[in-house]
Amino acid sequence: MRNPVADKVVAIKPSGIRKFFDIVSEMPEAISLGVGEPDFDTPWHIRDEGIFSLEKGRTFYTSNSGLKELRQEICNYLKRKQQLEYDSEDVLVTVGGSEAIDIGLRAMCNPGEEVLIPQPCYVSYEPCAILAGAVPVTINLKAENEFRLTAQELEDAITDKTKVLILAFPNNPTGAIMEKKDLEAIADVIIRHDLYVLSDEIYAELTYKGEHVSIASLPGMYERTVLINGFSKAYAMTGWRLGYACGPAVILEQMRKIHQFAIMCAPTTSQYAAVEALKNGDEDVAMMREQYNQRRRYLIHAFKEMGLECFEPYGAFYIFPCIKEFGMTSDEFAMRFLEEEKVAVVPGTAFGDCGEGFLRISYAYSLENLKIAIERLNRFVNKLRSEK
Amino acid sequence: MQLREQILSIIEKNSRMDLKELAVILGADEIAIVNEMAAMEAEGIICGYHTLIDWEKTSVEKVSALIEVRVTPQRGQGFDSIAERIYKYPEVNSVYLISGGYDLLVTLEGKSLKEVSQFVSDKLSTLDTILSTATHFILKKYKDHGTVLAKKVEDMREKITP
Repeated sequence: MRNPVADKVVAIKPSGIRKFFDIVSEMPEAISLGVGEPDFDTPWHIRDEGIFSLEKGRTFYTSNSGLKELRQEICNYLKRKQQLEYDSEDVLVTVGGSEAIDIGLRAMCNPGEEVLIPQPCYVSYEPCAILAGAVPVTINLKAENEFRLTAQELEDAITDKTKVLILAFPNNPTGAIMEKKDLEAIADVIIRHDLYVLSDEIYAELTYKGEHVSIASLPGMYERTVLINGFSKAYAMTGWRLGYACGPAVILEQMRKIHQFAIMCAPTTSQYAAVEALKNGDEDVAMMREQYNQRRRYLIHAFKEMGLECFEPYGAFYIFPCIKEFGMTSDEFAMRFLEEEKVAVVPGTAFGDCGEGFLRISYAYSLENLKIAIERLNRFVNKLRSEK
Repeated sequence: MQLREQILSIIEKNSRMDLKELAVILGADEIAIVNEMAAMEAEGIICGYHTLIDWEKTSVEKVSALIEVRVTPQRGQGFDSIAERIYKYPEVNSVYLISGGYDLLVTLEGKSLKEVSQFVSDKLSTLDTILSTATHFILKKYKDHGTVLAKKVEDMREKITP
């Protein structure tokens, strides 16, 4: 019999998180700090609009690009929050930010062209680049730079095949952000080398130092940027699967084509709910951000007291402590921590090789849960130190 | 939000949080928190530190009721003096002046239906200025002070996600 599956897909490594997931699933008593989604429910008024749309029988396809009303609200939102000037024709509503990443890369990359992926990062950029026929090229970010991308690191990775840089800030898993001055240095290199940026800003609302700045807002970057955002993190709407991409027509037009043939349109119910989120959700976002920020401060303080090395993250809902002092791999540390203290964290290596020596700890949990987990971490760390 | 409002929004939900921790999560100085709270107590902004109890789950028998009260306002004093007459009874939990079909909403707790009824018929209704009362007994509390009592909230998320 012929091999029924494609070599290109077989060659893709399964997500490093999977193995861990399977073990944790068998341990119902374990508490987890391993979740990459908000602990809040979607605010009720947003859910209510979704329900209302169903009651009204709005159960049909929308246009491929998404509801006109939603695209207009997205433009209003981006203008209000990030001073970005998009027209509703420059917006494509997608099935989560994830779809936008996939079709963005497919629309932009020719076979053999290189996509620069600063790591540690979210798990799907590399596989999506490969599936798009591109060659993923990793840039290893450094803890001493607070896991920000520097112009020099970018410059060093560029070849004559480089086409796209993926920028994912605020970052999962490190919690790093890129401030305006950092982005200006990057934009300069991008323009000089005639590159494009796929900017995944899904955590934009969860910024705890100043306001989030999009690289698309910098001079000369509008036409070079595909901006990706969505509703999952800001509005606690992960299960609704709704995101969007904005960018210059020349790229959006091709993305729309793939979206049209592969997906048709994003879920209609979610789109109606999202209109409500953008119209009346600012206060919910502010409330959730404040809560995350309180937990963030609590964890930073706790790690400091524990003497655990950690830079202060200003974004998303992750903190990325260094565990190199214990002379174990991230995997070994996470596994022992799970076995001995029944707390699940994700090894940094799940987000790229340069995540070795780090852990991703999510604070999408109530303060009460975090306290229990920190108590256990403290005990575990003390035990490891006394073993040495 | 100002520090004041931040403190209030937290202790409204959890009045037992210790001051050191409050300082940590608000990124503020502990002394500043202590001073702010003392000031708010003095100004009557913070009026008490109570505990939310679901008495249903205890062996203590308790009956709660809401009573709509219609009154004749008194010249020069409006509703204030009659409200005061009512809130002085220790059985009474709260007294609100209400817009709409009646004037005062009184909530109170007693050991039994009989005890509450007796209070209404013997004490409340006999007050001069009271025109009428309507008593509603609470059968079940689903949510109180922003907290769901009826069922435990479960974390339904997958335990590990990227």
